[in-house]
This record gives sequence, C-alpha cells and structure tokens, in this order.
Amino acid sequence: MTAPGLSLRGDLWLGEQALIRDLALDLPAGRWSCLLGPSGVGKSTLGRLVAGLPGPHRLDGGLRASDGAPLAGRVAMMAQDGQLLPWAGAERNVTIGARLRGQRPDRARARALLADVGLNGMARRRPGSLSGGERQRVALARTLIEECPVVVLDEPFSALDAATRLAMQDLAARLLQGRTVILITHDPLEAVRLADRAWILGTGGAEALELPGTAPPRSHAQAATLEMQASLLSRLQGMQPA
Amino acid sequence: MSAAAGRVLRGLLALGFALALWQGAVVVSGVPPFILPGPLRVGESLWSNAAILAEHARFTAANLLTGLAAGVALGVATALNLALSPAARMLLRPILVFAQAVPVFALAPIITLWLGYGAPSKIVMVMLVIYFPVTSTFFDGLMRLPQPHDDMARLMRTTPLRRLMWLQVPHALPALASGLRLALVYAPFAVVIGEWVGSSRGLGYLMLMANGRGQTDLMFAALIVLAALSLALFVVFDTVLRRNGAGTGRGVPAVSGGS
Repeated sequence: MTAPGLSLRGDLWLGEQALIRDLALDLPAGRWSCLLGPSGVGKSTLGRLVAGLPGPHRLDGGLRASDGAPLAGRVAMMAQDGQLLPWAGAERNVTIGARLRGQRPDRARARALLADVGLNGMARRRPGSLSGGERQRVALARTLIEECPVVVLDEPFSALDAATRLAMQDLAARLLQGRTVILITHDPLEAVRLADRAWILGTGGAEALELPGTAPPRSHAQAATLEMQASLLSRLQGMQPA
Repeated sequence: MSAAAGRVLRGLLALGFALALWQGAVVVSGVPPFILPGPLRVGESLWSNAAILAEHARFTAANLLTGLAAGVALGVATALNLALSPAARMLLRPILVFAQAVPVFALAPIITLWLGYGAPSKIVMVMLVIYFPVTSTFFDGLMRLPQPHDDMARLMRTTPLRRLMWLQVPHALPALASGLRLALVYAPFAVVIGEWVGSSRGLGYLMLMANGRGQTDLMFAALIVLAALSLALFVVFDTVLRRNGAGTGRGVPAVSGGS
C-alpha cells in the first residue's frame, strides 16, 4: 500500500451555487492534510468529493492522484457518528467491508485491530452499549481494516468530550501513519495538533496555514500550539456569518 | 407479590367487574336471552358446546395460521424484489398502490366463488388482507437506509444483493415487525369474513348458524372463543417479536451532521 498524494484544482459547486472558488490544494503523500473552516463552507462536500460519493456537488477542475491511477476503491472514510451498524457487535462492524464484498471476514485481524484501538475483549459489544469514544474506536478499526491508502476523516472526533478527543487524536495519528489523510474539522486545536499541511477554507478559496515547526501529533500543552489555536479561533470567529 | 402476578390479578379484577356489569345489565333491564344472554348463560353454553367449539376453532385457527405464514412470505418476497429491482418498482408499485385502494373484504364473495367453501378461500382471504401492510412496511424500511450506511456501502464497493442482505434487511426488521403486528390484527377479520360469506365449518360459520337458530348464547360463546384466539395469537407473536427485536432499535446513534 503506497499512499499517493492528491492534487485538487478548480471551483467547487453545490448545485447552481459556487461554494469555493479557485481551490488549489496539494495534499502530500502519506501525510495529514487538514481542511479547517466554519460550518457550511463546504468542508464535508470536499470530503465527499475526494471519496467519490454522490451528491449535488461538482468540481469544475480536477482531482488527481500523484500516481495517475483512479481513486475509486482506494478511499476509506470515517465520519462523526452514526456509521456503525446498531444491530452488530464491534467485530462484525469492523468486518462489514469484507461481507459487503463477499469475502471471508478476517476475524483474527479484526480482533487484533480492536485490541490496537484499545477495545480488547469487546468484540461482541453493540454500539448501543459503547460510549461515544468507544464507538469511534470501532469506526477507526473499521477504517484501518479496509487498507485504503487514502483516508477521509470528516469531523471524526467532534462528538467527543475534550479529553477523549485528545486521546483519539493521538491514537488516529499513530495508527494512520503512512496514509494520505484528509482531516476535515472545525476545531482549530485538532488542526494544529494533527496537520502536516493545513488550509483554512472560505468562499474565496483555501488559504494555506503556517504550522509550528514540530512534527505532529503536537502536544496541546505547547506554547506554539496554543498560540496558533488562539489566532485561528479569532479568524474563524471573524468568518462566522453574524 | 411479583409485578407479573399483580398484573394478572388486576386483569382478573377488571374482567370480573365487566362480567358483573354485564350480568347486572341483563337482570335489571330484563332483556330476553335471545337478544342478550347473560355471562352465566354464555358460560354454560361454552361448557356444554366445548367439543363443537373446539372443532370449529381448530378449522379457523389452522386457516388463520396458514394464511398468515403464506401472506407474510409473499409480502416479504415482494418487498425484497421491489428493493432490488428498479424495473420491478416501476411496474409493480402503481399496481400495489391501486390494489391497496380496493377494499379487500369486498372481494370475499368472488374468492369464495372461485375457490369454493373449503379452507383455500379462507387462506387466500387472510393472505390478501395482510399482504399489503407487510409488503409496504417492509419495503419502506428497506428503502430507508441511513446516508452514512449508504456511503459505506459505496466506499466498500458492494453489490446490490449484498447491500440488501447485510445492510437493508437488518435495518428494515423493526419496520417488518410493525407490519407483522398489523397483519396479526387484520388476519382474524379476514378469516371470519371468509367464513361468513361461504363455509360449512369454522367459528364464523358457527356464529351464523347459531344466529339462524336463535341460539344467541352459542353465538356469544363462539365470539368469545374467537376473541381469545386472536388475543392469544397477538400476545404470542408480539412476545416473540419483542424478544428478537430487543437489540435492533436500541442505541441507534444519531445520523452524522456537519457542514
């Protein structure tokens, strides 16, 4: 699994409405790229676009992988919540991809991944009996088992409490190493902690952000991280439509 | 005393009260027994006609269960077929919607004409009546896959058949359960109407016959057996559905939002 880089150029349309003009994003191979922006700016639409999911959106331009091969079948996605099957236990949730493709589910690997995300011995627990953080751990294990070189994370930790969110960020950073990750978030701290590259999205386009020089995942306690979080928060505040 | 025993006791108390009210009304008003027999007379009739009632109840119950099984099977098969095939949806859905508007009970004479006085006409009546609620509730459930799961099915590059099997069907089971509950309520109506229109056996037939002979107490006895049969059917199936559906609806996480 060699992760390709992605390049995205053009105007993003939602129906007849231009969402973001003059996008020029170069997402480096095997790194975390972060799209930060206020609600409604079209972040999730960009995520769906990269994942090749249907919708009323359209890119007037081009989305290309650096290896020239099509992206279809190489993208996994993890969203905020509501993606686990409520009737199935954790292990069956992790192996659903194999079942959907008619392959034999690799139960041993599913259990190993569940252990990796910290859910040892919880293979049979249903989503309803798991906490929000545990559910996202299952979703992460499911994303990992798919072995996709490109991973779209759409607000994956937004529904979690602050401490759980930090733990999940570290876990995801460790386990998704080497894949091309597109992280969509409205949380400046999350962007600053995890991104190798980050952009702030507005209707006028994407503006690249100057990140601290250290390698991610950056500590939330570092002065540089906090300072950047504060300045990003102010900028997002300015972008809110009253 | 346990909660269940308390419930049974309360139920018996209410039943006793209703029976006392009934007997009291008969005694006070002086209505002749061929118009409204008192509960004691009906009880007597239940006891002395137990063998006849049991024989007719068996016929009615057998047709009811057979019709239910066949109607549910047909409804489930139709819904799966509709969910899987856009062509079937295009062709069959208008027919289904139209057929749903036809009062199925009004078809009973025609069905009896075609299938005769025996069991088949009753079974087909039950099937016809429950087919639509089962089909439409299950089909609606199948077509309402939440967006995150639909996205997942696409990203995981599944086939329509596997999508149906692993995502749509499990999702639609609670909807199917409500369709089955409707079927359990409608089915006894259907079987009795079938028997009223033309039959030589069954509780519906027995009621008509007793009515014709002025045996109002036997008519009421048959009615009570029928009510008990319907109630038992509903309670048994509802318990089974509840047991098996216990985990499906619980803890369904909210559908994801975001920009």
